[in-house]
Amino acid sequence: MLVLERRTERSMVAMVVSPLIAITLTLVTMAILFALLGKNPFSALAVYFLDPLLDSYGLQEIVVKATPLVLIAVGLSLCYLANVWNIGAEGQFLIGAVCGSWLAVTTHGTEAGAWVLPAMLVLGALGGALYAMIPALCRVRFGASEILTSLMLVYVADLLLDYLARGPWRDPKGYNFPTTAEFDAVATVPLLIEGSRVHIGALFALAAVAIVWLVLSRTIKGFEIRLVGAAPRAARFAGFDSSKMVIFTFAVSGALAGLAGIIEVAGPVGHLQPNFSPGYGFTAIIVAFLGRLNPIGILISGLFLALTFIGGEQAQISMKLPLDLTRVFQGLLLFYVLACDSLVLYRFKWSSRSASRAA
Amino acid sequence: MRKVLIAAAAMLVASVGAASAQGKTKVGFVYVGPIGDFGWSYQHEVGRRELVKALGDKIETTYLENVNEGPDSERAIEQLARAGHKLIFTTSFGFMDATAKVAKKYPDIKFEHATGYKRDKNLATYSGRFYEGRYIQGQIAAKMSKTGTLGYIASFPIPEVISGINATMLGAQTVNPNIKVKIIWVSSWFDPGKEAAAAKALLDQGADVIMQHTDSPAAMQAAAARGKFAFGQDSDMIKFGEKSQLTSITNNWAPYYIARTKAVLEGTWKTGDVWGGLNSKYVVMAPYTNMPDDVKKAAMDTEAAIISGKLHPFKCPIVAQDGKTVECKGGANLDDGQILSMNYFIKGVDDKVPGAK
Amino acid sequence: MLLELIVVSVIAASTPLLLAAAGELVTERAGVLNLGVEGMMIMGAACGFAGAYFTDSTLLGALCGIAAGAALAAMFAALTLGLAVNQVATRLALTIIGIGISGLIGAGFVGERITPAPHLALPGLSALPFVGSVLFGQDAFVYCSVLLILAIRWFLYRTRPGLVLRAVGDNHASAHALGYPVLRIRLLAVLFGGGCAGLAGAYLSLAYTPFFTAGMTAGRGWIALALVVFASWRPLRLVAGAYLFGAVTILQLHAQGAGMGITPQLMAALPYLATILVLVAISGTRRMAGSTAPASLGVPFVPDR
Repeated sequence: MLVLERRTERSMVAMVVSPLIAITLTLVTMAILFALLGKNPFSALAVYFLDPLLDSYGLQEIVVKATPLVLIAVGLSLCYLANVWNIGAEGQFLIGAVCGSWLAVTTHGTEAGAWVLPAMLVLGALGGALYAMIPALCRVRFGASEILTSLMLVYVADLLLDYLARGPWRDPKGYNFPTTAEFDAVATVPLLIEGSRVHIGALFALAAVAIVWLVLSRTIKGFEIRLVGAAPRAARFAGFDSSKMVIFTFAVSGALAGLAGIIEVAGPVGHLQPNFSPGYGFTAIIVAFLGRLNPIGILISGLFLALTFIGGEQAQISMKLPLDLTRVFQGLLLFYVLACDSLVLYRFKWSSRSASRAA
Repeated sequence: MRKVLIAAAAMLVASVGAASAQGKTKVGFVYVGPIGDFGWSYQHEVGRRELVKALGDKIETTYLENVNEGPDSERAIEQLARAGHKLIFTTSFGFMDATAKVAKKYPDIKFEHATGYKRDKNLATYSGRFYEGRYIQGQIAAKMSKTGTLGYIASFPIPEVISGINATMLGAQTVNPNIKVKIIWVSSWFDPGKEAAAAKALLDQGADVIMQHTDSPAAMQAAAARGKFAFGQDSDMIKFGEKSQLTSITNNWAPYYIARTKAVLEGTWKTGDVWGGLNSKYVVMAPYTNMPDDVKKAAMDTEAAIISGKLHPFKCPIVAQDGKTVECKGGANLDDGQILSMNYFIKGVDDKVPGAK
Repeated sequence: MLLELIVVSVIAASTPLLLAAAGELVTERAGVLNLGVEGMMIMGAACGFAGAYFTDSTLLGALCGIAAGAALAAMFAALTLGLAVNQVATRLALTIIGIGISGLIGAGFVGERITPAPHLALPGLSALPFVGSVLFGQDAFVYCSVLLILAIRWFLYRTRPGLVLRAVGDNHASAHALGYPVLRIRLLAVLFGGGCAGLAGAYLSLAYTPFFTAGMTAGRGWIALALVVFASWRPLRLVAGAYLFGAVTILQLHAQGAGMGITPQLMAALPYLATILVLVAISGTRRMAGSTAPASLGVPFVPDR
C-alpha cells in the first residue's frame, strides 16, 4: 500500500512544483464546475483571473483589497509558526477599528490638527494588541484553548461595535441611522494614487512584510519562533519560554490586525458602522496558509486572493455566475495547496502492509 | 505559448462582452444579503425578476449578492458602473455613502439607493412606508389577542423598527387602550434559530400574537407549532403558517423598479425621494386570513382609509413614553422627517429604547 | 408552568449543539481536531432539507444530512490523515467549501417548505404536568441526541474498540506499536463526527426551523467545538454544557421579554462571554488536576516517524 514517509530534507523541486500543481488542480476542478453549470469554462476562468489584471482600475482595487489581508496575515503567520492558534484576528481587527475611531468621533468637528490620524493608528494597533492579550493570558495563565477563546471574542467584538455605532457614537445629524459621522479630513488615511482608492495602508502592509521577513530570516527572535513551533522540547532546553512566545505572537498579530482595522475604517470606508468588515480576519487565515506562513508568500497569496474576490464579482456581473462559486473556489484552492504542500514534507512510498507495521 | 493562451482568452472575453451588449440597457442591483435569505434581499430579487418579465426585451439585469456594507460596497457598485450599467439600485442603508461616492464619479449613470437620505442629481432614494401596514397589524392583533399582550421580535433599534413598533401600538390602542407589548431584540436581521427561540419565549411569557421585524419565517413556524397567531414579514409567509398567519407586510419593489427603468429608457428619469406605501402598492398586505369576518372587514376598512389618505397612522397628537406630546410638524400628523428619524417609544410601550440616553 | 415551557425551549435549542459536539468529542478522543463543524453542519442542513423535500420523509432527510456531513469529513480525512496536513488550516478550507456548496445546493430550496419532524405524543404520558412535555413531547432528534450520548459513553468506557480509540488519541505511537491501525480508527472517528455534525444541521432545517436559508447555522458549529473542551472530553459533561449554553441563550431572550431593559448587544454577547469564563475556569482547575485532553490531539500521525 501507499504510505507517507518524511523526507530527510526538503525537496526544492517539490517546493516549486507543489503550488503549481495545486493551482492547476483548482483550475481543472473549477473548469469542470463551470461546465456543469453550463458555462464556457475558458471564458469563465478568463473573467476570474485575467479581466481584473487587464486595466489599472482592477489592479488598484486588488491592492486595496489585499492591504488589510496581508497586514493581518503577516501577523498571524508568526503565531502559526510558533504553534500559537490565534483564530480571532477578526475580533482584533474590529476592536482596532473601534479604538481608533473613538478619537475620530471625539475630535469630529473640532480644530484638531494633523496629529489625529497618527494617534488613531497607534490607538488601533494598541487596541488590537490588548484585545489579543485576553486569549493569550487565558492560555498562559489558565491553559484555556486560545483557538476557542479568541474565536468567541470575535462575536463579542462584533456586538461591541454594533452597540457603539448604533448607540453612543452615531451621527447626531444622521436621522438616528446606525453610523458615525463621516470622519474629518485629518482623521482620514491619505491616498497614494489620486482618483483611486489605493491608500498609504498599502505601504504599511509592505513594511510589515519586510520587517517580518527580516525578523524571521535574520534574527534570533525569528529562530526562536520557529524552534518553539517546530520543536517545543528543544526550545525549552534552549531556554526559550513558550509562555512569553504566546504573549509575543498574540501581541504582534493583534496589533497588526488592529492597525488594519483602523486603516480600513479611516480609509476606504470613511466612517464606523456595524458590519463594516467583510470577514478580513478570517480570510487572512487563508492568506497566511496559502502563503505557507512566509511573508513573501503571504504578499503573493494576499494579492492572488484579492484577485479572486474581484474576479468573482466580475463573474457575477458578466457571466451571472453565483457568488457561492467563488467561495467553493477559494476553499478548493486552499485545499489543494495544503494537499500538495505535504509533498514538500513527505513522499509516497510503496510498501507491503507488514513492512509498514514493522517500521 | 503563454502569450497565445492569454490572447485566446482575451478574445473569448471580448466575444462574451460583445454578445451580452446587443444594445440592451443594463440595470444593476446590489444586495446586502444572499438572495437565499427569503427576506429583505430576496424581495428585491423578486422585484428584479418582475422587472425582467416586464421589460426583458429591452434590458439586461445583473445582481451582486452578499455585498458587504464596508469597503467592498464602493467597489461592487463601481464595478457595475464600469460594466456599462445605466441604472443601479443599491438596496441597503449601509450602501449610502458608497453609492453617493460612486454617483459623483459617474454623473451619466442613474443611481437609486433604498432607505437612505443622501441624494444627488443622479442619485435618488426610495423606501416603503412599512409603518402603514404595521398600524393595520396592530388593530388586527389587538382584536385577536385574548391575553392583551403582543409579542414583538425586533432586529435593531433603528428608526424604521422603532416607528414600526409605535405604529403597531397606535393601531392596537384604537381597539384596546391597555394593550401591552413585549419586545425582544435579537440583534440580527437573520438568525432563524434565534428568531424561533425569541418567538417561543414571547409565547411562553403570555403573548399570543407574534409580530416580527426580522427576515426569516422561523417565528411564523414557531407560532404555528403552538397554534398561535403571527404576522409575516417581507414576503407572504402563509406557506409556513397556514392556520397562523393573519396577514403579512410584503415589500413589493416591482412597480418602482419597472417605473424607474422605464423612465431611464425614455430619458425622463429625475432624481427624487419616493417613499411609497399601501397607496402606491410598494407595501402590500397579504390576504387577511384566519380571522373572523368583522376583524377582516375592519382591517380592510383601515387599509382603504390609509390608501385614500383619510387616516394617517401618526396622526397628532402623539404622546411619547415620557408623557410629553410630540411636536406636530406635518400639520395634522407627524412629518416624514420625524417618522424617518423616530427614536422614542410612544406612551403605552413599557420597554425602553435600547441605547437611548 | 413558565419553567416547563422554558425547559422545553432550552432542550430544543441545545439539541443541535449536543449532536454536533457529541460527534466532535469522538473525533477528538481519537486524536483528530476537526474544526470544520460549522461547514459540515450547514452541508447537513442543505442536503437534509433537499432529501426531505424530495422524499417527503424526515428520516431520509436526516440520513442525507448525515451523509453530507460525512462526505465533507471524508475530504478532511483525506488531507489530514492521508497527507498529514495541518488540521487547523484544512478545517478552514472545508468550512468555506461547505458554506459555498450548501449555498449552491440550497439556492433551489429557498422559500420551499416541508412537513416538520413530528413530535412524540404518547396518550396519557405526554399530557402529564411538567414531565409530559419535557420527557414525552419532543421530536425524534432530541431522543436521538440523548441516546447518542449514552451510546458514546458506553462505547468509550465499556467496550474494547472504545478503549483502543482512546489509546489512539492519547498516544498514537504506542497504539501503532501495539499493532492497532491508527489511521483507520481515526478515519472512522472523523466520519462519525462528520455524520453527527450533518445530523445536527439536518435538525435545524428539518425540525427546529423547518426550512432552508443560506447561513442558517449562524455559528453554532463553533459553539459545539467550545463545548467539547468545556466538557473536558467527557460525554455526560457535554450534556450539561450544551444545556447550560442553551439555557443562557433562551434566558437572555426571556429577560428581554420581561422588559428588564438591558442592552440587547450585551445580552447577545452573554453566551460567548459565559463560554470563555467557563473555559478558563475548567482549564484552570484541570491544570491543577492534570490534563484530560487526548494527548495526541491535533498531532498528525505518520507511521514511520
